[in-house]
Amino acid sequence: MAHTEWKDAPGLPDFSLLKRLARDQLIFLLEQLPGKKDLFIDADLMSPLDRIANVTILKQHEVDKLYKVELKPIFVLMFTDLVNADKVAGRFRRYKIIFTPQKFYACETVLEEQGVYGDVTTDEWNFYILPLDDDILSLELPEFFRDNFLEGDQRWVTTAGSALRLLQSVYGSFSKVYGIGRCAKMVYESWRELMEDGEQRTRQPEFAKVFLVDRDVDFVTPLCSQVVYEGLVDDLFRIKCGSVEFGPDVTSSDKSIKVMLNSQDKVFSEIRNEHFSNVFGFLSQKAKNLQTAYDKRRGMDIQQMKAFVADELKGLKQEHRLLSLHIGASESMMKKKTKQDFQELLKTEHSLLEGFEIRECITYIEEHINRQVSMIDSLRLLCLLSITENGLLSKDYRSLKAQYLQSYGIEHLLTFANLRQLGLLEEQQAGETLTVMESKVGKLVNDKTVGKLTDAFSSLAKKSNFRALSKRLALVPKSGEEYDLRVPRDMAYVFSGAYIPLSCKLIEQVLERDGWTGMEEVTRMLNGQEFAVTEARSKTDAQRIVLVMFLGGCTFSEISALRFLGKERGCRFIVVTTAITNSSRLLEALLDNSA
Amino acid sequence: KESKRAVNSILVDDDDDEEEEDGVERVSWSGEPVGSISWSVKETASSIRSGSEQSFPKIDTTPSLSKQGSGYSLSSLFKGDLYDLSPEETVRRMQKGRAFSLEKFRSLQDKLLLLDEAVAVYDGNLITAVLIYLKKSLSKEILFRELMARDVALRHYVHYLKEMGEQKLLVELMKALGRTEDMALMQYKEHLNIKDEGQRRDFLKSCLGLPFSQDDATHVQDHYTLLERQIIIEADAEIFKKFPRKASILNMPIITTLYYSCFYHYGESEGTYSSPENIRKTFRISEKQYILTALGARAKLKSWFDVDSLFNTKNWLGYTKKRSPIGFHRVVDILQKNSAPVNVLQEYVNLIDSPELKLSVALKYKCHDIVINTYRDLKDRQELVVYREKLERDSPEYRKIQELLNNVQIRWKN
Repeated sequence: MAHTEWKDAPGLPDFSLLKRLARDQLIFLLEQLPGKKDLFIDADLMSPLDRIANVTILKQHEVDKLYKVELKPIFVLMFTDLVNADKVAGRFRRYKIIFTPQKFYACETVLEEQGVYGDVTTDEWNFYILPLDDDILSLELPEFFRDNFLEGDQRWVTTAGSALRLLQSVYGSFSKVYGIGRCAKMVYESWRELMEDGEQRTRQPEFAKVFLVDRDVDFVTPLCSQVVYEGLVDDLFRIKCGSVEFGPDVTSSDKSIKVMLNSQDKVFSEIRNEHFSNVFGFLSQKAKNLQTAYDKRRGMDIQQMKAFVADELKGLKQEHRLLSLHIGASESMMKKKTKQDFQELLKTEHSLLEGFEIRECITYIEEHINRQVSMIDSLRLLCLLSITENGLLSKDYRSLKAQYLQSYGIEHLLTFANLRQLGLLEEQQAGETLTVMESKVGKLVNDKTVGKLTDAFSSLAKKSNFRALSKRLALVPKSGEEYDLRVPRDMAYVFSGAYIPLSCKLIEQVLERDGWTGMEEVTRMLNGQEFAVTEARSKTDAQRIVLVMFLGGCTFSEISALRFLGKERGCRFIVVTTAITNSSRLLEALLDNSA
Repeated sequence: KESKRAVNSILVDDDDDEEEEDGVERVSWSGEPVGSISWSVKETASSIRSGSEQSFPKIDTTPSLSKQGSGYSLSSLFKGDLYDLSPEETVRRMQKGRAFSLEKFRSLQDKLLLLDEAVAVYDGNLITAVLIYLKKSLSKEILFRELMARDVALRHYVHYLKEMGEQKLLVELMKALGRTEDMALMQYKEHLNIKDEGQRRDFLKSCLGLPFSQDDATHVQDHYTLLERQIIIEADAEIFKKFPRKASILNMPIITTLYYSCFYHYGESEGTYSSPENIRKTFRISEKQYILTALGARAKLKSWFDVDSLFNTKNWLGYTKKRSPIGFHRVVDILQKNSAPVNVLQEYVNLIDSPELKLSVALKYKCHDIVINTYRDLKDRQELVVYREKLERDSPEYRKIQELLNNVQIRWKN
């Protein structure tokens, strides 16, 4: 049952190198301003920074006081206010702004406009990648999703390209690159551009294949409720930068505990990818085993006892601690889930995925909204309905929107505008094809540019085609067949056997075919933008490690699914993501109901 | 004089100089008098782009953006006029984070080439950098006109203006593009920045004439009406000090306001803004939604009588009948959550249509009488026996089952 290490698994590259590189670069930058210094840190940077260089190291380099800055979005403006205030007060200090992962010209412009450009030095700390675990690398850029997909701002394209280039320079060249999505294409081009500056390719590559995928190629997966353990923990407790805070209801004490959740936690690593229904049984069994191990000491003499205490007790105690934590978390999950009629919710989601009893689903969603159950969950269900059904019927769209605004606030009509723009929640356009839209816009522009606009529009307003894709790729297993979750037979187990994540299925297919041949119909339904490039030849073992880069975020369910796929195919996946995401984060990024 | 000395002391180099790590810029001086034809010719030959317009060289007074160091070095002052780079080359330099100068691109054609080149390399940071320059050096009419034909650049410009809070310019841009709905929404969004409810209400009123879509126009109208009324209701509550102040409804959604109204103002005449009936009519709340909300509020207050009245309708014969737009099982759920006594619960469990559902709900909430009656009607002896064991020996329900089991007239099916 537990997906423990398989014997001939390819070894993973050592990603701690990346941490060391980042830390060394930071230290170098800090030393550029010798003497005592106070450090103001952007709140979002606190956790990643902590993983790279803790307070001790900072203090070693003459950092005196540390301040956390919560002010968003114009961090730079706060800084300029500080500098100008000092000027007025006649106070002399030296200032340095370290931009990470890179500096934007817009920021420098603000410095210039505020009259402090000459008073500060600026630097870039190219901290591109934070390893969250043995097989998860994160760019820690949650803003990537909104900036790129909603606002159409390509500012992070070179950042992603630089991350790839960093990986390549440390771990060797990639021999094959596959991808799908407008952003994936741009990142690829950007990366190639960066590589053209004559990088040495002497190293033997540790991973030969890279797969780039845009988040908007598959919106369905992140909108589904997660049921693998790690996904549930994220959905309910919010994992941040590889660690989570468990409150009193989990720790059964009056304190909260913050724990790291990665493969170092032996208990966690055995249950993280498991479907939730298996977890409790597994944990109980482990608890029993633990008790047996403890009980061993009953029949011991002094010598044995001493040995026991010296060698085993610590490990057992550690395991005990972790075990009770995870049991507490599981119990808390079960309580929360039954409270929210979780079963009914999942049933509705599965119906939507299958395309079954849609009217009932709509009634369920309507009641969910009427009862004001949860602002984000109601929105999530609406989006899931829209994407799986290729948009809502006009009367349903208007009615559900009106009810949503009534329940959660009229200011959400701004959120609805955003969702519509992304194609996450829209009306079915009867008869309004892309060409009609083009000609409408064409009136504003002269002829030769309509072509360019077509590209832009078609990528921004994608048609979903989920049902067709689902059929073509067999994403939804036939209902009526028993699905044994204890012995999963395919990636659908991450959604209780109801649905294979589209993104992972695409990856599986492309790897099998070594490209996109035979998938023309599928790529057309995904609005094209697929590519497959052979860069170079590589030695065979590197073939067994595949890098998958999610542009716009990746969920734990997808990571679990890929781990499963890896075992099936005899390869290991390394997931690189711009950020870990889930339905809450995805939708919260698109809310526009507050200042 | 000083400039001449500075110029003479600077060593000059050609375009693709890579040695800038030491922080000192090396600038090229071909020896020809600036502006002369021979100078012009040399510069043209060294630039890849033929036909690019030669700007009249002048001292660049704005500091160019340098990667290292702060402050100005004399050499950097002269970079602008002597680096005769094409737009392409400039963008390349920008990509590498090297010093560059945009100011030399003064013709519209050059500026657009610069912009198109930045777009071609997909780098949003560069696109925005060029746009910042164009914003400074082009009239907005010209810039808007050119952006209309450049969708990627346009999106970056819109985002930049949003981030910089340039509301006025954004609205003008949207207008110029004919994106009237977007313009309306952008202006509406500003209400979020107004903390004072009176000012916010006035602002919302001013939004009423904006070119929203038909549906959104209705929503914004509702928003204004809602806030206006919430202010009045709050003021009244304050004056009469009747209700706990902690329940402020300002800026709450309509349904929350309705709930508050059903809680504190139930039964008031339709004429007052605070009455549930008034809110229901004004905001066109569906019957289903209304009953759900009223039920929640009255159940919380344990006003079972009020709950009862919610479901009474008169049929065509004039008899009172119970009807619910939401399933009665849902009603039971809500009542149970509010600790309704069993006899109240049972009344509504009995109203559940589907026998299976009725039984399962009755079992869930331990409505013994209903369970017993159902099994009796189903003639299910075995289930009765099983159920009896769950009950207390001396309870009336236990005895009731006993009586039924002893009743010889009943023809049990098992």
